[in-house]
Amino acid sequence: MSSTATATLPPSRGSALLAALRRNRLSWVGLALLILIVMAAVFAPWLAPHDPLQQHIIARLEPPSAEFWLGTDSYGRDVLSRIIYGARVSLLVGFVAILIAMTIGTTLGVLAGYIGGLFDRLVMGLVDVLLSFPTLVLGLMIAAMLGASLENLIIAIAITEIAPFVRVARAPTISLKQRDFVEAGRALGYSPVRIMGVHILPNMISDVVVLGSLWMASAIRTEASLSFIGLGVPPPTATWGSMIREGFEHILDAWWLTVFPSLAILLTVLALNLLGDALRDAIDPKLRSE
Amino acid sequence: MIRFAIKRLLLAIPTLIAMLTAVFILVRLVPGDPAAVMLGDQASAEALAALRTQLGLDRPVHEQYLAFLGDVLTGDLGEAMSTGRPVLTEVLNVLPWTLQLTAAAIFLGSLFGLPLGVWAALRRNAWPDYLGRLVSLAGLSFPAFVSAILMLLVFAIQLGWFPVVSTTGATTWTEELRNLALPAFNLGLIMMAYVMRVTRSSMLGVMGEDYIRTARAKGIRSLRLILRHGLRNALIPIITVVGLYFGTLIGNSVLTEIVFNRPGLGKLILGALNVRDYTLLQGLMIVFASCVIIVNLLTDLIYGLVDPRVKYQ
Repeated sequence: MSSTATATLPPSRGSALLAALRRNRLSWVGLALLILIVMAAVFAPWLAPHDPLQQHIIARLEPPSAEFWLGTDSYGRDVLSRIIYGARVSLLVGFVAILIAMTIGTTLGVLAGYIGGLFDRLVMGLVDVLLSFPTLVLGLMIAAMLGASLENLIIAIAITEIAPFVRVARAPTISLKQRDFVEAGRALGYSPVRIMGVHILPNMISDVVVLGSLWMASAIRTEASLSFIGLGVPPPTATWGSMIREGFEHILDAWWLTVFPSLAILLTVLALNLLGDALRDAIDPKLRSE
Repeated sequence: MIRFAIKRLLLAIPTLIAMLTAVFILVRLVPGDPAAVMLGDQASAEALAALRTQLGLDRPVHEQYLAFLGDVLTGDLGEAMSTGRPVLTEVLNVLPWTLQLTAAAIFLGSLFGLPLGVWAALRRNAWPDYLGRLVSLAGLSFPAFVSAILMLLVFAIQLGWFPVVSTTGATTWTEELRNLALPAFNLGLIMMAYVMRVTRSSMLGVMGEDYIRTARAKGIRSLRLILRHGLRNALIPIITVVGLYFGTLIGNSVLTEIVFNRPGLGKLILGALNVRDYTLLQGLMIVFASCVIIVNLLTDLIYGLVDPRVKYQ
């Protein structure tokens, strides 16, 4: 993911990101973990030892064994296979939700910064409102109102993550707007759309992408939490949060149902956070100058 | 200071009204007829009509909106569909539990997070710093329900140190403390990870300032230097960022309460979800968002109180 991100950046920023990755050794752990998880999700049909939905009636609630490495759940489904398939849902929801939030948030932020005036105040008012709801409560309400499905879950999480992108895009737009090259573009009669898209947006896109990778960790956490509450992708689809939800009923006698999906969530979020931490160091000018 | 406070208070009013508008719109996003959803398939036409009148759904939207705003701003959050009791009563019944939990978490988080953050900043790029950064990142990676479940498994089920389910009728304060311990540590550890991180970066910024170098040159002893000149100035950004964290803390407390089966706003919201009690959900959302707006307001006021420069902006 980071290689495609850095490839599109202007050279100076791109090399700053690479340098940050090189300096911060922990970020390599994060990157390696993330690659493993993405590979597991992509090659799930080949990697999973069993069908994640197949119910082995005679092997219900079995502890980890040679046949079922991480045990089976109350329907006799293989926990390992369900965790591998669950990676698909978490990564898909996290990625798409952030992509939507990033697109809407950045567009609103650039427009607000460029147009200013009443529109700016309206957009910032919207941001204030979004920020006044706790992320989980807002996601929970939207998902509950729309009904539990993959699309609605993505919409709910995307809405909760819009605000930071608006802020990150708006502030540089305001300062860039007064720069000579933007003034020159305007004097040449370029349309506002072209100025915003070609002259302003590229100057901040790397910050936006880095922020996106940071907030993807948060989106995946929210997805898992909503699934745990019962507002995620409906059963029988395997998702980490819903596996923990089902396993929680057997917490006294079948620990493997909750522990292994928990570790999967933890490792994914940690990998994204380790990577994001290094990238943040790279874009924060205060830290870079040291 | 008073002028700054009044100005900041006035600025919160449009946010409050915009928040209420957002809640109003969101609740009306429910596909289909809310009355039909609440009463189920077998409801008679009269019952539906009665409920629609009671909910005000038969009136035009702008009238519903104004009535809603008027009710909420006068402190009336309506009645919970499932119990018939006022939403505000339902909330106030369980609020002490949630307040107790979050207060304990903030206390634990600051108690451990501040010193560890200062320590990591002073030992920058040495092992305490690396270890601290790794631990705080790991702490921030836990969804609150995951850490809660792991704690429950280890400390309550395997080791048996704490009760698996909080007993509601705790009579002695030691019993109450045992009930509170695991949920509070769960929330507190995540909070600690956050406070530690923020403290570290804020301290790093402050310790590089000229006045620290001056103080050091004047021979001020290092503990006094760190606390009075360093931490005191670093606290201002810490307070702001921790104030912003409040929304996350609320979300985490909801998850924690669900896992530990502890009474509070989290269990209330889960119950409301299960029976599709839209009025209670709407009321809870307003309560949560109002809390966040108030905490943001307080954070700004504290900021103004601590940093005189803010007032003149």
